[in-house]
Amino acid sequence: MKLNVNGKEYEAAAPDDMPLLWVLRDILGLTGTKFGCGMAQCGACTVHVDGQAVRSCVTPAASVQGHAVKTIEGLSAPGLSAIQRAWIEEDVVQCGYCQPGQIMAAAALLAARPHPSDADIDNAMSANLCRCGTYLRIRAAVRRAAELAGRTA
Amino acid sequence: MSTPSGLSRRRFLQTSGALVIGFYVAPRSGLAAMQAPAAPALPDPNAFLRIGEDESVTVILAHSEMGQGVWTALPMLVAEELGCDWAKVRAEEAPAAPVYAHPAFGMQMTGGSSSTYSELDRYRYAGAVAREMLIQAAAEQWKVDPSACRAEAGFVVSGDKRLSFGKLAAAAQKRTPPATVKLKDPKDWKIAGRPTKRLDSPEKVTGQAQFGMDVRLPGMLTALVARAPIFGGTVKGFRAEKAKAVPGVKAVVQVPSGVAVVGEHFWAAKLGRDALEIDWDPGPGADLDTQRLREEFRAAAGTPGTKAAAAGDVDAALKSAAKTVEAEYEVPYLAHAPMEPLNCTVRIGADGAEVWTGTQFQTMDQTVTAKIAGLKPEQVKIHTMFLGGGFGRRATPTSDFVSEAVQVAKAAGGAAPIKVVWTREDDIHGGYYRPMYVHRLRVGLGADGKPVAWRQTIVGQSILEGTPFAPMMIKNGIDDTSVEGVADSPYVKGTASHLVDLHSPKKTIPVLWLRSVGHSHTAFVMETFVDDLARAAGQEPLEYRRRLLSEHPRHLGVLNLAAEKAGWGRPLSGGRARGLAVHESFGSWMAQVAEVSVASGRVRVHRVVCAVDCGICVNPAGVRAQVEGAVAFGLSAALHGELTFKDGRVQQSNFHDYPLLRLNEMPEVEVHIVPSSEKAGGIGEPGVPPVAPAVANAIFAATGQRLRRLPFRLA
Repeated sequence: MKLNVNGKEYEAAAPDDMPLLWVLRDILGLTGTKFGCGMAQCGACTVHVDGQAVRSCVTPAASVQGHAVKTIEGLSAPGLSAIQRAWIEEDVVQCGYCQPGQIMAAAALLAARPHPSDADIDNAMSANLCRCGTYLRIRAAVRRAAELAGRTA
Repeated sequence: MSTPSGLSRRRFLQTSGALVIGFYVAPRSGLAAMQAPAAPALPDPNAFLRIGEDESVTVILAHSEMGQGVWTALPMLVAEELGCDWAKVRAEEAPAAPVYAHPAFGMQMTGGSSSTYSELDRYRYAGAVAREMLIQAAAEQWKVDPSACRAEAGFVVSGDKRLSFGKLAAAAQKRTPPATVKLKDPKDWKIAGRPTKRLDSPEKVTGQAQFGMDVRLPGMLTALVARAPIFGGTVKGFRAEKAKAVPGVKAVVQVPSGVAVVGEHFWAAKLGRDALEIDWDPGPGADLDTQRLREEFRAAAGTPGTKAAAAGDVDAALKSAAKTVEAEYEVPYLAHAPMEPLNCTVRIGADGAEVWTGTQFQTMDQTVTAKIAGLKPEQVKIHTMFLGGGFGRRATPTSDFVSEAVQVAKAAGGAAPIKVVWTREDDIHGGYYRPMYVHRLRVGLGADGKPVAWRQTIVGQSILEGTPFAPMMIKNGIDDTSVEGVADSPYVKGTASHLVDLHSPKKTIPVLWLRSVGHSHTAFVMETFVDDLARAAGQEPLEYRRRLLSEHPRHLGVLNLAAEKAGWGRPLSGGRARGLAVHESFGSWMAQVAEVSVASGRVRVHRVVCAVDCGICVNPAGVRAQVEGAVAFGLSAALHGELTFKDGRVQQSNFHDYPLLRLNEMPEVEVHIVPSSEKAGGIGEPGVPPVAPAVANAIFAATGQRLRRLPFRLA
């Protein structure tokens, strides 16, 4: 199948029913997107398809052919995004495993709502689990990212 | 003596490379070494740090980074004494080697909230010894007395002369390490003791951080293991034809824990495992049932157990008490559910094996791997990856997930490295749970309302029984992890007549320490029960605790600080009520005040004010983060966490029926740190125990309902 990931065209030899998550990780070697539950419960596998946050663990890879897929690796190039800078400034991460998914969810939120309310943040970010409990800092980092993006816009 | 093994020593030389000079310290040789003093030797800085020609200072970590911030705190200790530029500091995980054994526990491991406090001396000394050698090298070059030189911001300085650490490293490593060196007084610290941002953030926000799950090696295959659906079950027979017919499946092999399907990638292995047909012998646990366990544990709680703490004549004291209060408590089995499912990659070669995994127990993993692979421990190289959460699950005395991966690699044969991956369902079904416990209490109060008799029976599986730790940690039949927080409680010890006893029923369910271990249930019991005692005594909960804890200044310190910051006693609006709890664990003291409201049968936790006394504090920013996270961890258990058994099987399987706290449930958390120069304590776990009782006490204040079971279920 042909996939467009982070602006790059890939030819992936994978069965059609293989979830996008495993094509990204095991075939394309893009391991920034994480496996957490396999049933769209935790958000660790969040990527963007045409700018929308989707759970790659339940998205058949074949279904995103012809669409633009963006992963955490794509968000990090050429330099750190405002969201990632905000994440560092708020000292969000602990174990860090869920954070690529958190950041991708936050990026989709901020693209849709550049100045999210607290309720917007709660709504958009509550589908992503963090066992370390970094939620307070995730909230703060989303707010800060909105500020940072506003300043550079 | 803390000299590195030949293996680790070579490693430092080999990693020198063209640009990076290993800070290599020659071994003490000859007579001096043979007449080594009885006092412990200073750590060999060679094992703990490396200075590059590019001025980088790499601190080598004897503990695993699992979110607790050791990647930042240990480098802070080295940097403080070394006198380097913090911006040049980085970290890496140590290999498995004797030199990295835990200073207190004698094996290489991460746990017990001890990563920072146990290393306070070793990492500071490593930095200090290296600094002295750099100074000696500069002094020799300048022909001045070393006492005329000092180290600052990555340079040795004397008058107007300056030489960078990177330029001095090669000469410094030829110097003889000093026999003694003086550490700075913590009050003079410039780096340690100050809130410092994490060093691992950049790689963790870009997806570059390498967790065990992310290991990719040439020719690597992925395996999933079908394990018995009932603990203690075994494979009677299996048919692999359909599994082998799945495209990408390479092999199906039996291992002691079940049947492994090896595939080109996760998806092939998963589909292959789904297609396996296995006949299981259910074993002795086929009728395991939570309702029956509950009845059995409750019955046991009414009979005398093994004594864990005793004084006076508790029966007589109960009879003569002015008032008695009784209660029974229950907490369920819990899964750690770290966000990164368990995984382990193994390559077995002719002359050695390599293991890549996120682990808390390197020494065990190395020993177990060597045994299975028929190698010597030093032939097994352990690559410690970032841990996507540990919480105790990656510290199994059996090295369960590592030994299984080694068995799979061995059974599969061939040279290909194999990564065994657990699904979330495998994780939730996989055992090694925080045990279920029942507590029964009967406490007599005197005329002044203070306890005069304290009788408490605890029932629950022993975590340590049957493990290599048992001989050392089970004393007189008491597994300390079952009774910690009760047998040593100031409430119990302060009651003239007391008896704490324990039943440790044997079950097929594998159990393990979970963040805060015994304190995860004992603090809930003690701190809600003390609220009940206060009510029975007609006293206000804070005042009552102050009376019972009057001889315990550090309990009082955090209690008073949390109460003051939370505005204890001041009116609240919006149907909110407050509850408080105070508990000591892992050498630190923690008090929390929770603000809670209850509406339409749902508990909403709005705010948790925490006061902590963890003695000397290395990274206050890390302390805050750990306490915030601990509140979330405690709330997951208080509001949601529960595993149940029916017909031998765990009934939960993933986050839909084993929910964790989500962001919209996260309260505001304030963390107040008591300034202290006392001995450093732990911080990864102490924030967990007070959460459930503080919230339970607030629920009582809001509704009059006393909840004595976790997770909370309102009537």
